Amino acid sequence: MYDTSLWLGGKEYTSRLIVGTGKYPSNENMREAIEASGAQIVTVAIRRVNLPGQGESLLDYIDTKRYTLLPNTAGCYTADEAVRTCYLAREAGLGTLVKLEVIGDARTLFPDTIGLLEATRTLASEGFSVLPYTNDDPVLAKRLEDAGAAAVMPLGAPIGSGLGIRNPYNIKLILEAVTVPVIVDAGVGTASDAAIAMELGCDGVLMNTAIAGAKDPVAMATAMKLAVEGGRLAFKAGRIGKKLYATASSPIEGVPEWTS
Amino acid sequence: MLVTVNGKPMELPEGITIEALLVRLEVPRQFTAVALNREITPKAGYAAAVLHDGDKVEIVRPMGGG
Repeated sequence: MYDTSLWLGGKEYTSRLIVGTGKYPSNENMREAIEASGAQIVTVAIRRVNLPGQGESLLDYIDTKRYTLLPNTAGCYTADEAVRTCYLAREAGLGTLVKLEVIGDARTLFPDTIGLLEATRTLASEGFSVLPYTNDDPVLAKRLEDAGAAAVMPLGAPIGSGLGIRNPYNIKLILEAVTVPVIVDAGVGTASDAAIAMELGCDGVLMNTAIAGAKDPVAMATAMKLAVEGGRLAFKAGRIGKKLYATASSPIEGVPEWTS
Repeated sequence: MLVTVNGKPMELPEGITIEALLVRLEVPRQFTAVALNREITPKAGYAAAVLHDGDKVEIVRPMGGG
């Protein structure tokens, strides 16, 4: 609308909402929710084929000509595992735009930042467009950019936790620290969380559980689409400042007198 | 001979290639990648890649995920 596009991996996108494909009640529901979200990029995991190979596949429900598939390295706990997963994704024809996850802890699914930086450096040097799922540390975000990341994706809160943007101040600092796109990834619970991320100035939001786990994923996908658009517009519109005391909206002069 | 395919032991005829294995298992080709003993086998190499007893094969595709 009144906005520039989001550029990732050399391609232009008008939607700033990226959605996942996991944990939906059904593949059909997933297909409808993705449609309702307006997303143009969807994440996928690289996993073993169920054998024998014929039978329903996720890809039967995603028009791969219409959507960009963004492979993730979910489940990887070392840089080596993550890098190998990206090689597999590339070999499978999924291109070189990757969501890089190197997990440091099974309970919180927080990133192993050291492995993440190492894997980012390796993959970026080999021509991958790396979107690292990271924490909200602005120092690390800058390191990731310097290592060649195509964007940085700080978590709002733990994956699937629905806690929203737990540290908006750090997200703001990350926005100041890097020049690459900043996409909040993980922890979004409801529409206002997505709007808050965009109002801070983020370039996009990535979510899965918030939509797939909602009682009505299709309705929530619509809500998220509107929230991302609304938050982005509000950011570009330039909000008013915050003040301690009131400033009347109606004029002080011209008040009629009612006493005689 | 015994080959581990996607983590499960599979009895396969001697000399079988990755190409023949994919046909046998009816695996779709689009968006599929194969690794043999932790090394990726490019698609062009499927027909020439002969499996041996004790080999580990991983056949992967995109699945749902966030």
